Amino acid sequence: MSASLTLVVLMAIMYGTGVYVMLERSLTRFLIGFVLVGNATNLLILMMSGPSGTAPLVTGTASDDRMVDPVPQVLMLTAIVINFGVTAFILALIYRTWWLAQLGDEGDTFSDEHEHDTEEATDAVFHQVDVDDEAIQRVLDESNEHSDDDQTTTRKGAGE
Amino acid sequence: MATILLVFAAIAVVTPSLTRVLSTKVFYVIACIPAAAFVWTLFQTATVTAGGTIVESIAWIPELDITLSFRMDTLAWLLSLVVTGIGALVLLYCGRYFSSTEPGLGRFAALLFAFAGTMFGLVTADDIIVMFMFWEITSVLSYLLIGHYTDRKESRGAALQALLVTTFGGLVMLVGVIMISVQAQTTSLASIVEQGLTGPATTVAILLILVGAISKSALVPFHFWLPAAMAAPTPVSAYLHAAAMVKAGIYLVARFAPGYADTPGWDAMLVGLGVLTMLVGAWRSLRQYDLKLILAYGTVSQLGFLMVISGYGTRDSALAAVALLLAHAVYKATLFLVVGIIDHRAGTRDWRHLSGIGQQAPVLAVIAAIAVASMAGIPPLFGFVAKEAVFTSLLEGALEGDPWGWVAIIGTALGSVLTVAYSARFLWGAFGDRRSSAPTELHAESGSILIAPGVLAAATIVLGFATTPIDTVLAPYADSVGEGGYHLALWHGFEPALGISAVVVLLGLLLFRWRLPVARLQDRLPPVIDSSKGYWASTQAVDRVSAKVTLFAQRGGLVQYLSTILVVFVLTLGTIALLGRAWPTEIRLWDYPAQLAIAFIMATAAIAAARAKQRMTAVLLVGVTGFGLVALFALHGAPDLALTQALVETITVVVFVLVLRRLPAKIAQRNAPVHRVRRIVIGSLTGLVMGLIGVIALGARQAESIAAELPRLAVEDGHGKNIVNVMLVDIRAWDTMGEISVLVVVATGIASLLFVSQRGAAVPRLSGARRRRSPSLRSRVVADPQLADREMEVPRDSVGRHSWLIGGRAIAEANRSILLEVLVRLLFHPAIIVSIFLLFVGHNEPGGGFAGGLLAGLALVLRYLAGGRYELGEAVPIDAGKVLGVGLLLAVGTAIGSLFFGAEALSSAYFSADVPILGHLSFGTSSIFDIGVYLVVVGLALDILRSLGAEVDRQQEEADIDDESTDEFSASEVER
Repeated sequence: MSASLTLVVLMAIMYGTGVYVMLERSLTRFLIGFVLVGNATNLLILMMSGPSGTAPLVTGTASDDRMVDPVPQVLMLTAIVINFGVTAFILALIYRTWWLAQLGDEGDTFSDEHEHDTEEATDAVFHQVDVDDEAIQRVLDESNEHSDDDQTTTRKGAGE
Repeated sequence: MATILLVFAAIAVVTPSLTRVLSTKVFYVIACIPAAAFVWTLFQTATVTAGGTIVESIAWIPELDITLSFRMDTLAWLLSLVVTGIGALVLLYCGRYFSSTEPGLGRFAALLFAFAGTMFGLVTADDIIVMFMFWEITSVLSYLLIGHYTDRKESRGAALQALLVTTFGGLVMLVGVIMISVQAQTTSLASIVEQGLTGPATTVAILLILVGAISKSALVPFHFWLPAAMAAPTPVSAYLHAAAMVKAGIYLVARFAPGYADTPGWDAMLVGLGVLTMLVGAWRSLRQYDLKLILAYGTVSQLGFLMVISGYGTRDSALAAVALLLAHAVYKATLFLVVGIIDHRAGTRDWRHLSGIGQQAPVLAVIAAIAVASMAGIPPLFGFVAKEAVFTSLLEGALEGDPWGWVAIIGTALGSVLTVAYSARFLWGAFGDRRSSAPTELHAESGSILIAPGVLAAATIVLGFATTPIDTVLAPYADSVGEGGYHLALWHGFEPALGISAVVVLLGLLLFRWRLPVARLQDRLPPVIDSSKGYWASTQAVDRVSAKVTLFAQRGGLVQYLSTILVVFVLTLGTIALLGRAWPTEIRLWDYPAQLAIAFIMATAAIAAARAKQRMTAVLLVGVTGFGLVALFALHGAPDLALTQALVETITVVVFVLVLRRLPAKIAQRNAPVHRVRRIVIGSLTGLVMGLIGVIALGARQAESIAAELPRLAVEDGHGKNIVNVMLVDIRAWDTMGEISVLVVVATGIASLLFVSQRGAAVPRLSGARRRRSPSLRSRVVADPQLADREMEVPRDSVGRHSWLIGGRAIAEANRSILLEVLVRLLFHPAIIVSIFLLFVGHNEPGGGFAGGLLAGLALVLRYLAGGRYELGEAVPIDAGKVLGVGLLLAVGTAIGSLFFGAEALSSAYFSADVPILGHLSFGTSSIFDIGVYLVVVGLALDILRSLGAEVDRQQEEADIDDESTDEFSASEVER
């Protein structure tokens, strides 16, 4: 089997433009890209059902032989509805972000979460572990006998 | 054995609550369980002595051949007695050791008790995977117990060291465990040992397992965690780090020795590292001020000793190994308990501050002296018996010409000299009189705390004289290793071993006598093996590297993550696609000419959408691609898809508009798009690769599509002619179930993003509306409910007072459209009827729960658009959450319902009837499932309208009012 070249080109264009838009920092643009990529994906699944034919409704007549593959259609049907749900969810996110952003001057963009992290900041986190390690090592070291302090004890003992 | 473990687990769970009632007395209660297990094990002595085993097996994961199987043979019997017996005594001791004000007492009691149960499981488990699980549980429990004093830095540091080292070993061991169980084709330890496999793969597996064993038993280079673990409360040290957990490694070696002692590398690892550990530990022990650390390094040393003899692999050495294991567990636990008492009563463990304790606490001193003598190998104690056996068996091996025998005998003899020296040092340090300081003041302590160490000291003596029965009982294990004739006894006559023992004791005492020169020598030598430095370096390096990697890879936010994923995608799949040979043989230009036109429109719209500056323009252009899909679906032969896509696309555009009306018209006013070239490159490449995949994928299909069978399945099993719908609600109903769950989650997410705190009072009803909804008014145009009371005063013919929709009155005059209100009033009910028609007809014709639900949702959208948020509340006076819940309940009920009839979940049952208008209908449980889908979709639409519609309206109105008064973003909205 082979795909319809028209659909392949259309799908590639929709993926390309979708990804291009998705990589922007504006959440609205991200969502527009998301919808484009979603539609492109549905198109990809559609192509997998091969050439067009009659609807997958059993009629008991000869036209059933030209029936298209129903499996991709089932996948797509659920995909369409889920796409809708997620789109609405991202819209709610956009609205909420915008609403919160009114408090500051960030606009409806998302920032880079670790942008302001520094090695010093992470070092501080690990530092506590090192302190704990050092504490136990100090306890162990303090118990080590050294000839000098042992002698001091003995000499003192001898003096008394 | 499984029953015992079950009791352990159950009691461990309730122990914290019990502690709240019983305080420290809880230890006496829970000590009964290991004591009972001890007695039960004793009752198995006859079977075990006869060489028999007690086996239990409960199926667990048959797919992986993992069973909860337990097996008690001589080795397991001995270890069970040790862990349960000493466990019971230590718990008893805890009852006196801790005061009722100890923080975290309940947790501690539960953990220590659970540890006893876990050790019992570890030594009796026959399934190697189950054994490994117990092994890892002991590591975790040990972490929690060492870290008991959570507020002390050294406790936390020590706990983490112990955990990291033992779980590192455990991880290595897991690889070995899986390798060996695959090679032996069984997970039964007994069977694996019996098979005695050989070969390079076996060697690797065994060596990996040994890494686990030596890390658990604190051999060089992993020895440093054990002295650090002395930060734990003393009962923990006595039990975990003397008698039980550290013996797990020895147990494992002893377990594998009968089958695998000849494995290459075995001797080098166990005898070599064992001797080294014995010397390093004892050498360190010689210079400790802290009594507990003398014992801790002594334990490291003795573990090395035990490892040498358990790993040596002859019949007599095996006998010596189990005897030494028993001896060590008894005397070392005693000594730790003694140190605990000294620490408690004197307030310090540093012997420089201790003096005259022997005179003040003579019983304690006698108990300690017995245990120390056993440790040093003085007759007639059991430690002497065991050491004799060790020397005899090693000497025998050496004289037969085994080089490792010579290493072992010389190494352990030297180590024993040091052992005698630090034993003497311990006794002298703890109980000796020092002229330098006045006698230490001791706090009064009830004598009952001496019970546990006293019993153990007595055992040391009794065992020394009971060598004959012990020899008989332990012999079956020794005989499983090989042949030999040695017997445990106090007196063997004048033998070389006796001579070695005598020389060892003499040299050891001399070493103690010359302790000053020895200390001076130790100070001058560099630290022998300081692997804790290595541990530090490696953990710090791992921490720092992980921080660097995280900072490097995760600083860019969503854009960078997406770009990274896409670039990897393009590179891998692009390369594979280009290297592959699966190009299609023919290419069709189009399926039908109209396709080209539709595709052209869609492509243009997509590109234009990407370039659009205004939000609405972009949304509408994206909508064009969506409606283009509707056309493609319809022409392709997918009426269900076309219907669903058309409805979804319409609602999507409306929802977009609902939200975007509040946002600025232009996208990204303040943040201009950046990295345009990079985005173009990534976008084009992704599109290109997807295109390649689209071309190749169809040509690459190798198997027949399952589509051929589906028409028959749909009609015969699903009683429906619409294959797509039958698949959704019957054949692949599990998928649909998952999907509607996602929809419920999404709907809830949207509502919580908008309402933030509560959603109950979210949608307002119109006051006085109920009266106006009386049936007599249904047929007429509704009078304004708010004006109703003033009806008399207002002329009846004035314009705009009548409403086609009740809620319409609540909208400002300027925003009302009478045309829309009339249309909605006329269309709403037919639309709902059609949606229900679609729902039921879907089984045979295009339609179904999704399409029907979406249509009903669209009807609600119209109602809202025409009448505003009050109208929405009037149209569906039920909470959206309830609609979603009922829908999900119906779907789940269908799934579970079939279980009651003995069928698989989601099986369908049918009855059919001829219904007017709808035709011949076959109504089945799958239709109920579809109703659930319908309700979930309606609920989703409702939630979206309430949140993104009504709530946004309300917030906007609030903002408008504030704008008028202050022109600023108001504080009241901020607070909301």
